[in-house]
Amino acid sequence: MSVRLGLMALLAEGESYGARLRGEFEQRTGGTWPLNVGQVYTTLDRLVRDGLVAQAGDPDAEGRIAYRLTEAGRAELASWWTTPVDRTSTPRDELTIKLALAVTAPGVDVHRVVQGQRTATLRHLRDLTRLKRDALDRAEGTAEGARRATSEEAADAEHGLAWLLVLENLVFAAEAEVRWLDHVESVLARHARTSAPRTTAAPQHVAGDRPAHREGTPA
Amino acid sequence: MTTAPHVVISDVTRVHGHDETRVVALDHVSLEIHPGELVAVMGPSGSGKSTLLNVAGGLDSPTSGTVSIGGETLGSLAPRDLARLRRRRMGFVFQDYNLIPSLTAAENVALPLELDGVRARQARRQARHTLDLMDLMPLSDRYPDQMSGGQQQRVAIARALVGSRRFVLADEPTGALDSHTGEEVLRVLRERCDEGVAGLLVTHEARHAAWADRVVFLRDGRVVDSTGDSDRAEDLLAAGGPA
Repeated sequence: MSVRLGLMALLAEGESYGARLRGEFEQRTGGTWPLNVGQVYTTLDRLVRDGLVAQAGDPDAEGRIAYRLTEAGRAELASWWTTPVDRTSTPRDELTIKLALAVTAPGVDVHRVVQGQRTATLRHLRDLTRLKRDALDRAEGTAEGARRATSEEAADAEHGLAWLLVLENLVFAAEAEVRWLDHVESVLARHARTSAPRTTAAPQHVAGDRPAHREGTPA
Repeated sequence: MTTAPHVVISDVTRVHGHDETRVVALDHVSLEIHPGELVAVMGPSGSGKSTLLNVAGGLDSPTSGTVSIGGETLGSLAPRDLARLRRRRMGFVFQDYNLIPSLTAAENVALPLELDGVRARQARRQARHTLDLMDLMPLSDRYPDQMSGGQQQRVAIARALVGSRRFVLADEPTGALDSHTGEEVLRVLRERCDEGVAGLLVTHEARHAAWADRVVFLRDGRVVDSTGDSDRAEDLLAAGGPA
């Protein structure tokens, strides 16, 4: 996934300016992927160069240029919607690497690494759940007023739904991480029972020292 | 949190059996739950989760250590007084709802009050009040087999909290429900806690534990992790953490 395809998806809904695209992108992805304006304009320039996006006309009185999706752009976007995201590349997740190294590195107390990370991930999951609860409450409030909703309110409801789905993705990812950490612990316990004790130096790391940083987390 | 804790579990150890069959189900566990706080307990099978719930609810007695609810130490009460405290001060929610099939939702919710000697009419009135608070009035005249699993569990939560009870203990309350319905039930539990109830939730699902203010992780009867924000979490780790 790239910013490029995200901007194209927004332009498929109609012409827009760079600054407006930026705001729309952030809102629709629940703020999980902040963009700067420079990034948006650089991407638009490349899309114009590749014939996927074109300027919709001359600059307006304020000097803003509107962009539109070309036919080639529409075709590329349609192909993106229908092509599964590639999951075959090897993950380069910091936590995976950290634990893979920790089980073989001398003097590292892996259990404490796992426990420290689980505490951090459970906290993260709780914070996400609070955000989700707020989103659910808002969604219910919006549904209450749906019958008399204006088109602007209907758009808000759709954005709320998008935000909820982004949050739930993060919830599922955090949950999967906790389950994997539990699994790591039980595998280590089984391994310890079936193999000879290894002489290790004093642990270099303690629980909660520095859990792996999770990116893409809403503030 | 400035209020006094409603539930205080202090240095509790629970040993089952003796000699070769000796099993330490809880090993020097300490935990406090304040009014308005929902605490989740997680851990693998056999880690002591259910024992902790039973000890906290007065269904089991610690081998050493103390449990107090609302300032009353359970171990110092006569059996009759303990039973009364359980009836009046706490409620249980189980995985399989445990509603009486021949009673309506309102009658099920009123039942604990009637068992405690409250007159039927008054008990029914209080039950309807609780159902109303939880937006469950449309279900009040339905029998359990006329309700979905999620609706039955919401009624079971109402039953656990009817009257003056301010401590709810929930043992895998979402275990029999699909993911979405399970979350709806947890929202109800969360709302009750936000209204001042103290809650203890046993679950093996991290996404359900995430509705709690704090998650306590048990392994081999000991608290090995806690997600508390306050200094109390550090106390927990110090009290029950790995050697």
